[in-house]
Amino acid sequence: MRLLEHESKEILGRYSIPTPKGDVVGSAEEFNMDGPVMLKAQIPLGGRGKSGGVIEVSSAGEAKEKIEHLLSTPIRGYRARKILVEEVIAVSQEFFMAVTYDTVAKDPLVIFSKEGGVDIEDLSATQPEKLQKELFTVRARLPQYRAREIVSEAGISGRKLLGLGAILSKLVDIFLDYDATVVEINPLALTGDGKLVALDCHLEIDDDALYRHKDQAEKLSLHDRYEGGRKSTDFELRAAEIDNLDHRGVAGRMIEFDGLLGLIIGGGGASLTAFDAVRQHGGRPANYCEIGGNPSVLKVKELTKHILAKRGVEKIAIIMNVVSNTRVDLVARGVVKGILEAGRVPSDTVAVFRVPGAWEEEGFKILSKYGVPYCDRSVSIDEAAKMAVERTRC
Amino acid sequence: MAILAGRDIRVIIQGITGREAASFTKDMLDYGTRVVAGVTPGKQGQEVHGVPVYDTVRRALKRHTADASVISVPPGMVREAVLEALENGIKLLVVVSERVPRKDVIDFLEVAREQDARVIGPNTLGIISPERVKLGMAGGPVDDVKKAYVPGNVGIASRSGGMTTEIANLLTTHGIGQSTCIGVGGDPVVGSNFLDLIPLFDQDPETEAVVLFCEPGGIIEESLAEMVISQRIALPIVGFIAGRFMDDMPGVRFGHAATIVEGDKGTAKGKVESFKEAGIHVAESFSDIVKILRDVM
Repeated sequence: MRLLEHESKEILGRYSIPTPKGDVVGSAEEFNMDGPVMLKAQIPLGGRGKSGGVIEVSSAGEAKEKIEHLLSTPIRGYRARKILVEEVIAVSQEFFMAVTYDTVAKDPLVIFSKEGGVDIEDLSATQPEKLQKELFTVRARLPQYRAREIVSEAGISGRKLLGLGAILSKLVDIFLDYDATVVEINPLALTGDGKLVALDCHLEIDDDALYRHKDQAEKLSLHDRYEGGRKSTDFELRAAEIDNLDHRGVAGRMIEFDGLLGLIIGGGGASLTAFDAVRQHGGRPANYCEIGGNPSVLKVKELTKHILAKRGVEKIAIIMNVVSNTRVDLVARGVVKGILEAGRVPSDTVAVFRVPGAWEEEGFKILSKYGVPYCDRSVSIDEAAKMAVERTRC
Repeated sequence: MAILAGRDIRVIIQGITGREAASFTKDMLDYGTRVVAGVTPGKQGQEVHGVPVYDTVRRALKRHTADASVISVPPGMVREAVLEALENGIKLLVVVSERVPRKDVIDFLEVAREQDARVIGPNTLGIISPERVKLGMAGGPVDDVKKAYVPGNVGIASRSGGMTTEIANLLTTHGIGQSTCIGVGGDPVVGSNFLDLIPLFDQDPETEAVVLFCEPGGIIEESLAEMVISQRIALPIVGFIAGRFMDDMPGVRFGHAATIVEGDKGTAKGKVESFKEAGIHVAESFSDIVKILRDVM
């Protein structure tokens, strides 16, 4: 779960990391600050400044006008429902600090640079020596002396060293306390009068840990955070409904494509393999999906009908890896029932059925009865995909 | 010798009274794995398929000797279960549970590293060394395992649980047996990834080649390629990289949490290229795995 900037900054505040004075508004009427301010569209994306999502204005009148503009203008597919209004900070230097996990080292990693700002990614690519990186452990965290070591290695001393060390250490606390997968302050500004202020913050919470951060998870159900992102199609939404018909197994995770070969594929890795193989052999899938965990006959049946109801879909391929948990006969029964209820003929409609494994004899019996072309475990996933594509052509 | 687990390994199951755990306990016993005890706090005195249940790992180990633990408990309890096993000296842990918070995973992996213990998973179906031992759910009931897995000289490590069996089945269909087959787990951070396992396979006299099932996301494959070059690993490795179509649609989120493509890192194409540069054989289609193995073995 990615928090919005103002949500992240609220957490910084709880850890006494200074942020600019500001207010969050949902309309121009709510604006009641004076003088020059920064207006920042609250969308879950980086690079907002370059896409027109951050505007500096000099008067209250201009602020109201630009707030309306930001609330009505989509930025890279997102539309803000909230604008963060902040005092303008006079910056004399920008720093970068972030905490994330190094998935190879299997430890958390802190990154610091005294050249923060919008081009940090370029800096990382071209002059990686300008980024200090250091692993730490969940148990030891990052005490201030270690944080100071990192800042000191970057060539910083004096009062700045103390301030930066303290903030870096607190940022690690936030990262761990909130089960973040990444937290970043960029830039952390040194003001003209020598104070450190976090001008922007990006924090993502591990979805698998949301259950212990209920106050954050609740935000997901708010409707006025922002709009946009890749919208699910009606076809995908209906598939999700089918998956929710009961709690037995998974028969969904649908993504719509523009081809005409319907796919019922699974589990995760096998779905990727089967989808690639269909494309490799020149097939054009109507959809991607993942089924597994022994879905009910009802779900498979409804999913089959749903895919066949998509315009132009005449054939459907059912391909899974050798299953041990999912029952082949239940998948077969669901597919055949779905085809019959859709008013089609199973033997013509199934391009290939390749689901070997648990209860396969029973499954193959059902398929034989309806003349459905099936193959056993001696036919690999890509061979089955090839057969499906060839049968779709004729 | 297979890697990680041989025929004589003695195993406890933490969370044995859960539905899923009870079911795979039976499958493990049927396959001949020595499951000596189970642990579920509060259920001491019960039996699951003849396996005695204890309240704590310590209690179980007072009566039995164990080398490994298979852990199948709710996600929020995994960290404590792993720490309990580690504190009681267990050196091989197979964590079946999924959706374990990443911080918890890193935390127990740090402790495991200090204690020189090895963790497989989380979010793994487990390990099979054909006709010797099976730890976890891998392959399902004994008849299904016997159909898909036969002993031999090819190791398998897979980021997808289901595809571990699928690859074994492909090899078995073509008369190629397996040494040890491991579902490494579907999460971005797992206890034993390809970087950890390839050196073990490399040192195993029985393993002549290894097949890896890879997916987009993360940088493990890219890092493995670097390791193969820098350590001059001569063991033949065949990589199959699934999810190539995802390169055309960055940002779409798939079921496997690990297959989230972020920026330009972790793409299928990038993994294919880094494998090729390192001399790791890339199977363009799934069936090609067999052809390549025949060439390299």
